Amino acid sequence: MRLLKIAGLLILLAFAIAFPLLFPNPAITTVAVFTLMFAAAATAWNIFSGYTGYIALGHAVFFGTGAYTLAIMCQDWHIPAGYAPFYLLPLVGLVAAIIAIPLGIIALRTRRHTFIVITIAFFFIFQLMAYNLRGLTNGSAGIELPIPTWSGDFYNDPFYYVTLAVLLLALVVSWWVRNSKYGLGLLAIRDDEDRALGLGVKTGPSKLTAFVISAFFVGILGGVYAYFIEVGIYPAVVFDPLYDIAIALMSFMGGIGTLSGPIIGALILEPTQQYFTLAYGENGWYLVVYGAMFLVIILLLPRGIVPTISERWARWQASRRNTPEEVVVAVASGSAVAASQETQPMVERNEGAKEVNL
Amino acid sequence: MNILEARNVSKAFGGIQALSTCSITVEQGKITGLIGPNGSGKTTLFNVITGYERVDAGEVHFNGRRITNSSPDKVFALGIGRTFQLTRIFPRLTVLENMHVAAQRNDLKGLISRWSSSHEQRRALELLDFVGITRLKDVPAANLSYGQKKLLEFAFILIAEPKVILLDEPAGGVNPTMINHIAARVRELNQQGVTFLIVEHNMEFVMKLCDTVNVMHRGTKIAEGPPEVVRENPDVLDAYLGG
Repeated sequence: MRLLKIAGLLILLAFAIAFPLLFPNPAITTVAVFTLMFAAAATAWNIFSGYTGYIALGHAVFFGTGAYTLAIMCQDWHIPAGYAPFYLLPLVGLVAAIIAIPLGIIALRTRRHTFIVITIAFFFIFQLMAYNLRGLTNGSAGIELPIPTWSGDFYNDPFYYVTLAVLLLALVVSWWVRNSKYGLGLLAIRDDEDRALGLGVKTGPSKLTAFVISAFFVGILGGVYAYFIEVGIYPAVVFDPLYDIAIALMSFMGGIGTLSGPIIGALILEPTQQYFTLAYGENGWYLVVYGAMFLVIILLLPRGIVPTISERWARWQASRRNTPEEVVVAVASGSAVAASQETQPMVERNEGAKEVNL
Repeated sequence: MNILEARNVSKAFGGIQALSTCSITVEQGKITGLIGPNGSGKTTLFNVITGYERVDAGEVHFNGRRITNSSPDKVFALGIGRTFQLTRIFPRLTVLENMHVAAQRNDLKGLISRWSSSHEQRRALELLDFVGITRLKDVPAANLSYGQKKLLEFAFILIAEPKVILLDEPAGGVNPTMINHIAARVRELNQQGVTFLIVEHNMEFVMKLCDTVNVMHRGTKIAEGPPEVVRENPDVLDAYLGG
């Protein structure tokens, strides 16, 4: 079973690597690059929001910061077009991460709704700064980046592989966090922060670290985006409130707090949005479809795709074996999220005679 | 020797004086009871000792060290574990994951490593076995019954090997068989040298288990002594009868 899983993942990886060769059409690879960008951003967002339960709706701050950082670096340091801007990406991520430290320290003093509102406020502050700090950002006129020297059908491919690498790195970090003691502390914070603190979890530093990690990746993606779009960057484009919401929606849809959920959400939502934008133009129809799809998912799979399906799968497997105890255990191991209430009677029923009656 | 001591602690919430110059001592290696009518300040005293509330005045000492207003993680690291009146576990984590939350090591290696290092894993399973819920190790804690949650909360504070354990109504809302089960575990740990401070309304439980009983009323201690003596104290009877 484990071998099967690894084999499956390797096949998926091989497919992802071969994708631009299999579908060389630029229209398709463009959508693929955007999809990978969102998959990576949602994965990074999930490392903080998914594991800690703190819903951040201001990650466009780091996206925009990353985009402007790369643009300003290219401009001021006279970086030639070509692969050079890609080498600056770790530095771009670092700048976003450094900016995340004070923001995190301030915002993480609050919880729940207040936290969400403060992250939104940060977003608008940064958007306003992008418009008004003209010396730095050139205001609403935007900044032009060098145009990549390669072109034609090959144009998307370097962006595709760079974004894929960022996604894989974010995924590895997410996997590590999910399986480390550090990550267990984050999940404990999600369930009961004060209790976690009372059990020795360093809640403050833990939350801040996760926040900074997610900002690092989103900042890098902002840089990739800025170089990719060719037309230069503008405050309204890279500091876009829809971006804040999109990465959260993708994670919710796929399953917040799971490893693969954000990617699956991005794989569904981003191509759909791109398709409708292409099919109906920029008239906003795609937003209606986008919203409708989301409502359907919430209605049918309120906890997200991955938790719901893995739970159903576990239950189906167990029902084949037909022992109630295994249902409970299988459900627990199949899903990171609490199993639904329906499994509860099974636990109760299994109170054996050897156990004290609870 | 007193391992834990609250000296003249006071705490007000708005106009309500939850604790007023309350002093209690907990002797090392003993099981100390803390009783009193509802609202007499027992849980607030627990919160003040474990860092969940700040005192307005007074001091808390542990092992000869002043720990007044220390944060909950520091208090826990020093060796004071507690349970809550309304059990506080991590509902979306499995029982085994719950056990590992309390086994935090704050060095870098402890953070980077997978949580299921073999030593810790063995210890966690031992403790689950000790309270009798090993079978449920892979079940999300939300699916446990109320009594099982109490056992889990009890087990996961043990993983850090606290010197003193504060139990807030361990027998509340659980059936008599379960109460005996919990009492037996407390006694066993006590024999291994763990000190207990127990808030409980179940008098039979308190009388059977405790070496000393402190009685609180209106935010302060009104009596202290062996259970059978305290029970006959007229002030205590007055407090309970609403005098």
